[in-house]
Amino acid sequence: MIQADLNIILPEILLALFAMLALIGAVYTGKDKLAPMLTWVTAVVLVLVAAWIGLNDEGTRSAFGGMFNDDAFARFSKVIILISAAVVLVMGQDYMSRRGMLRFEYPILVTLSVIGMMVMVSAGDLMALYMGLELQSLALYVVASIRRDSLKSTEAGLKYFVLGALSSGLLLFGSSLVYGFSGTTLFSGIIAAAGEGHVSIGLLIGLTLVASGLAFKVSAVPFHMWTPDVYEGSPTPVTAFFATAPKMAAMGLLARVLHDAFGGVVSDWQQIIALLSVLSMFLGAVAAIGQTNIKRLMAYSSIAHMGYALMGLAAGTAFGVQALLIYMAIYVTMSVGSFAFILTMEKDGQPVTDISALNMYAKREPGKALAVLILMFSLAGVPPLVGFFGKLYVLRAAYEAGLIWLAVLGVVASVIGAFYYLRIVYYMYFGEEGEALDKGKSPVLWVMLMGSAAIMLVGVVNLFGIEAPALIAAEALLR
Amino acid sequence: MNDSLLSLVTFIPALAAVILAIFLRGEEAAAQRNAKWVAMVTTVITFLVSLFILFEFDPSNTGFQFVEEREWLLGMKYKMGVDGISVLFVMLTTFMMPLVIAASWKVEKRVKEYMIAFLLLETLMLGVFMALDLVLFYLFFEAGLIPMFLIIGIWGGANRIYASFKFFLYTFLGSVLMLVAMVAMFADAGTTDIPRLMTHEFASESFSVLGIHVLGGMQTLLFLAFFASFAVKMPMWPVHTWLPDAHVQAPTAGSVVLAAILLKMGGYGFLRFSLPMFPVGADVMTDFILWLSVIAIVYTSLVALVQEDMKKLIAYSSVAHMGYVTMGIFAANQQGVDGAIFQMLSHGFISGALFLCVGVIYDRMHTRDIDAYGGLVSRMPAYALIFMFFTMANVGLPGTSGFVGEFLTLMGIFQVNTWVALVATSGVIFSASYALWLYRRVVFGDLIKESLRTISDMSAREKWIFAPLVVMTLILGVYPALVTDMIGPSVEHLISNYHAALGSASDGAAQLASH
Repeated sequence: MIQADLNIILPEILLALFAMLALIGAVYTGKDKLAPMLTWVTAVVLVLVAAWIGLNDEGTRSAFGGMFNDDAFARFSKVIILISAAVVLVMGQDYMSRRGMLRFEYPILVTLSVIGMMVMVSAGDLMALYMGLELQSLALYVVASIRRDSLKSTEAGLKYFVLGALSSGLLLFGSSLVYGFSGTTLFSGIIAAAGEGHVSIGLLIGLTLVASGLAFKVSAVPFHMWTPDVYEGSPTPVTAFFATAPKMAAMGLLARVLHDAFGGVVSDWQQIIALLSVLSMFLGAVAAIGQTNIKRLMAYSSIAHMGYALMGLAAGTAFGVQALLIYMAIYVTMSVGSFAFILTMEKDGQPVTDISALNMYAKREPGKALAVLILMFSLAGVPPLVGFFGKLYVLRAAYEAGLIWLAVLGVVASVIGAFYYLRIVYYMYFGEEGEALDKGKSPVLWVMLMGSAAIMLVGVVNLFGIEAPALIAAEALLR
Repeated sequence: MNDSLLSLVTFIPALAAVILAIFLRGEEAAAQRNAKWVAMVTTVITFLVSLFILFEFDPSNTGFQFVEEREWLLGMKYKMGVDGISVLFVMLTTFMMPLVIAASWKVEKRVKEYMIAFLLLETLMLGVFMALDLVLFYLFFEAGLIPMFLIIGIWGGANRIYASFKFFLYTFLGSVLMLVAMVAMFADAGTTDIPRLMTHEFASESFSVLGIHVLGGMQTLLFLAFFASFAVKMPMWPVHTWLPDAHVQAPTAGSVVLAAILLKMGGYGFLRFSLPMFPVGADVMTDFILWLSVIAIVYTSLVALVQEDMKKLIAYSSVAHMGYVTMGIFAANQQGVDGAIFQMLSHGFISGALFLCVGVIYDRMHTRDIDAYGGLVSRMPAYALIFMFFTMANVGLPGTSGFVGEFLTLMGIFQVNTWVALVATSGVIFSASYALWLYRRVVFGDLIKESLRTISDMSAREKWIFAPLVVMTLILGVYPALVTDMIGPSVEHLISNYHAALGSASDGAAQLASH
């Protein structure tokens, strides 16, 4: 019996073993000298695990009495999490080692947080949910302040920790209420206790608190305050990581809780999610207008994008979940490309984050500028780029669920948001000649940037066939 | 070949743009010249290939022709096709583009990127007129903003940043509402196929939203969402304010494309979507739109009268002329719609030519202030002749294509609403006054400005650019049946469907009332 259960969580166990062995091995041998090699090895391991999970077609299985689910939804999310984590690790390796930041703990911490994320998207129980979430968060707090001698980095880590602890508190309080009113921590038990239609008031408060705690993790407004500071303060490779895998994991977890545990009472949480979505879209769009720091700008941009993804979730349908998954996959790809570019922004070897440094970038590096142009228009959701299709999916999901007001407000916010993406294009193409940024030499970053821009352009043909797996994943969640 | 002819025409320019982007290196003169020639040859080839569409097109067939269809995402299709309404816009685009490239021959700043932007723009504009899938249409419609944003922003005048942002955000805001409406149509009809949506009846029972009684129900809301997009694109008064800014700041070729082709997308959209798909909504809004059109005709003509900047003057005149188009379309009879399409085509040639005329002297003097000119006729006789020809065409002199369009739309509207026709006709006088006054101030009078003493007449290249435009303006002016024979059956089909749909909707309402 235990054999079968362990079989199901084998990928997580193997990753954990890998992390621990790597930690011990590195401590007893070369320590930080091993870090570059370890980074690459970790990335390869993550990709291999992703391939293993992606090619596994076992249908829906659950382990430990339903505490851990392995279904198409979990697998879809895990593949995105693993691949984006691997890509971000590789992307930041050069940047970090040149600044002496690349400690051997970095890839290991990332691996540990990835394990946490994998548990999150597979969680079938409030306990498993909390374990996964905390494993992820604790690793991330450390990663945020990995640059110990930098005031901003430690500040980012501390802020993230304090606010993260607050959100964990909310989540735990909500969980205890849910447990108190339903008598179980298993999602399958909660959904039976909650019933159809409307939940009891105690369960409703529990649900609201759990949703709030998770909204912290996806940085949805009004729980977004930590995002700009943490994005700005953390070293750029870490910021790139924050913007990708943890967002996917938190979104996956939110979808899982809402559908697996509260799937019978959609109308009770639909309004909460819709409100979070509208606030995120508008705050993300408006607050980014005044930003001159590209990392803060990307923080607000990610808040806005989380708003759109939540629009899919707010629909409360299988199509809505499909839209959410497609949106997140597209968002993660765009973020990887954007951060690959931000990592190349250097002057005399020092990182530059002011967007006015991009003045006339197009003249000096036409190829890269074109790629950034494509990414920016894609982030803004202008067709024919893939970012537009993400918006189309969530709009349709929201419309079909009767949330017409949400769809209308969403497109209005996207026009406001277009302004700041255009501003980056403006600096690159229309600006005045300024001091030149260094010529980026890193082939890894170049490939990531060009690759993600190419995906945005070529994806218009069929979105690389992501539609069908996303549909299967969504149906698995709503079975 | 017929089953992929449209895709071929659409994507030849994009292919050339990709080739330019990848294979052409360097900024030296030779590379610049190559970029220009590649763009020129491509646009000419595109025009020649598109002639096959024209010759093989069967005007008596009111359905879509050269249809091609492939599976795409979300149950949407990649579907292209043309009918009598769109085929001439396709031809207008392919016809104008070589002239636009020729007019850009003197560009020296980032030539390669310039040509790439125009070639991509051509692909996207052609796609708009051919797309037979809602989302595909939206894709082409919106994507055109990107190259145009760059064209204004990089190669534009002094205040180009403001103009480019205004252009982008204004039109983007207009069209995202259309996107929501498209999603609504998709959900309602279960398809994004345009021919099928044309026969789908959207609900037209009135209902209340937030306490407001919506006559015509869902159709009116959908109509308004599409209207927001097309009215901005057209542009109709009062959402026309982006156009003068964009025109003034855009480079000459950009202005030509904007005036000759991009503005036509609005009118085309009304004919392709608003009338056939939401007849009840269109009927509810008709009076409103007619009066907006009339205000556009009179008000913007008056505004044009006081402009100091030549491009701005012509931009306002474009808004006024587009007023005739919307008026003709919403007259919803054969003459009105025929006239509207005719007016759009003819305005394409004439306003394009007028912007080129401004470009000719702007290239020499680097100013568009009307005050900076005067007495050009003594130094530039050929230019004076051409400019006069197009000024007259703009005024609507019989014998030029400008007359036919205005006359037909006025005739159409007279049968529907005499008051609108009465006020609109006064626009003819206003347009004569601003156009002739502009001409007098620039070309006649004494040549007293010192700076103009050495100005040279048009070069052979410039003359050749104007030649095709003069020919087209004259031919269409003298023998308009060339166009009306082509569009007639499709327009008739559109009109009869429109009135049939209105009739059945009002029958249905009457039956409901009697129960």
